[in-house]
Amino acid sequence: MSAPIDPGEAPLLSVERLTRFYGERLGCRDVSFDLYPGEVLAVVGESGSGKTTLLNCLAARMKLSSGAVRYRMRDGEMRDLAALGEAERRFLMRTDWGFVHQNPADGLRMNVSAGANVGERLMAIGERNYGEIRGSAHDWLSRVEVPTDRIDDSPRAFSGGMRQRLQIARNLVTAPRLVFMDEPTGGLDVSVQARLLDLIRALVAELRMAALVVTHDLAVARLLSHRIMVMKEGRVVEEGLTDRVLDDPQRPYTQLLVSSILQV
Amino acid sequence: MSTAQEKPETPYNFAYLDEQTKRMIRRAILKAVAIPGYQVPFASREMPMPYGWGTGGVQVTASLIGPDDVLKVIDQGADDTTNAVSIRSFFAKVAGVKTTTHTKEASLIQTRHRVPEMPLSENQILVYQVPIPEPLRFLEPRETETRLMHALEEYGLMHVKLYEDIARHGHIATTYAYPVKVEGRYVMDPSPIPKFDNPKLTNSPALQLFGAGREKRIYALPPYTRVESLDFEDHPFRVQEFSEPCGLCGASGVYLDEVILDDHGGRMFVCSDTDHCEGRREAGHRGHLAGAMGAPGAEAAE
Ligand SMILES: [Zn+2]
Repeated sequence: MSAPIDPGEAPLLSVERLTRFYGERLGCRDVSFDLYPGEVLAVVGESGSGKTTLLNCLAARMKLSSGAVRYRMRDGEMRDLAALGEAERRFLMRTDWGFVHQNPADGLRMNVSAGANVGERLMAIGERNYGEIRGSAHDWLSRVEVPTDRIDDSPRAFSGGMRQRLQIARNLVTAPRLVFMDEPTGGLDVSVQARLLDLIRALVAELRMAALVVTHDLAVARLLSHRIMVMKEGRVVEEGLTDRVLDDPQRPYTQLLVSSILQV
Repeated sequence: MSTAQEKPETPYNFAYLDEQTKRMIRRAILKAVAIPGYQVPFASREMPMPYGWGTGGVQVTASLIGPDDVLKVIDQGADDTTNAVSIRSFFAKVAGVKTTTHTKEASLIQTRHRVPEMPLSENQILVYQVPIPEPLRFLEPRETETRLMHALEEYGLMHVKLYEDIARHGHIATTYAYPVKVEGRYVMDPSPIPKFDNPKLTNSPALQLFGAGREKRIYALPPYTRVESLDFEDHPFRVQEFSEPCGLCGASGVYLDEVILDDHGGRMFVCSDTDHCEGRREAGHRGHLAGAMGAPGAEAAE
């Protein structure tokens, strides 16, 4: 995939020497990159590579030890996430950002209906018309291919793939500009994974969202991302356009990763 | 309102609680009055009655009551239930105050689950017994999170609950403990009063105080506070409507309880507020079943 980047456009997210320690132990170190509107960046690596730490720091779910993460707000101003107040940070997270968890139960309210799950963000930003909220929920369920007659069902009654599609709808209903995804197809059957990846790819392109996808699965990275960052022991060892990195890896570790996984 | 009290003749301090505890509760009340609808933590004391018997309300009453106060206690609108009678006799004993069943005579009214029908005045205080003060708990059990949600005015979840009601029942099916927003800021649980009573909360001349004993919270509506019931534009808040007037006093526009009269499906609707009903009957009002056998309060009206 080629990135739909406008060369004159400013980055949406700008990361500078992001470092996180857990006490003495390194989580990740000196990670720097820019993410542009509409661009999908995959962060790949084995477990323990620091990719999940990086994700949590970027999504303001964890404090940095040093470095900075800046985000371009809807008003165009670049803001340091560490300097945002709690209220601003939470508002950002439920409007302009999405976060798709590997386990849908972590990102859904399992004790309310599918429709309420999709409508919650709208209600949180002040939507007070039941008919319109329900209309949006209906629309989003159909966009993520959940049968709309399941709108009043509990997500507990949904299959794993359907729960994940519901979680995506719940996140996208406020048209976020940036979505974080943590192993979005992990734990699903291969056939279900393929359908979900097609859906995510189509939605990301259609809505021109930027996305940061953390995965250990290079096939997921190849299908979804424009650019790829390979992490090992807390550091970025290689980065570049996805096709270039996967077809012509430069670093020995990336070569090993590509050969061992793509041979499966 | 009590100040430092003279030495009581009972083995208890005046109104049971020691003066230091009363001062602590009054400080919590003052803070609650200063921030309408905000839940103020307080060090709830053991009271000589079980939780669920209104120990939060009893502590608020005990910290406010003075020798000149006239106390009324109601439970679901009635003055004569075990709960109401025992709280009334408790204060008669430990504070020696005058008690009444007449709303208009009372300076302090402690209530469980109702607001009196008669409009209250600036000279009255209404104390509610509260079992669960946190309106967000239904969907968010974590206390740390609900506190943050109040602090940041993140109240979307309240509408999620109402959305679920409409999706399931076609209308907002919540009929009691119906959530309100206070002065456009804090979302508050009005305690398990019927939503019928919600409109009485707004702009009331009386001070309204809410005490939750087990949960150790006090909150307040100062006089003339704006209180709005949450709703949707296309599903506006509505109170219950009754198809017939009170069978005993003929009142309409009041909250009615259904009373089963016999084993053959016989039933009647009567005022939940027994003082209101009795007052109307004393004034000569009669419902269509005023002579019905076994009707509660029928004897008292004679
Ligand atoms: Zn009546």
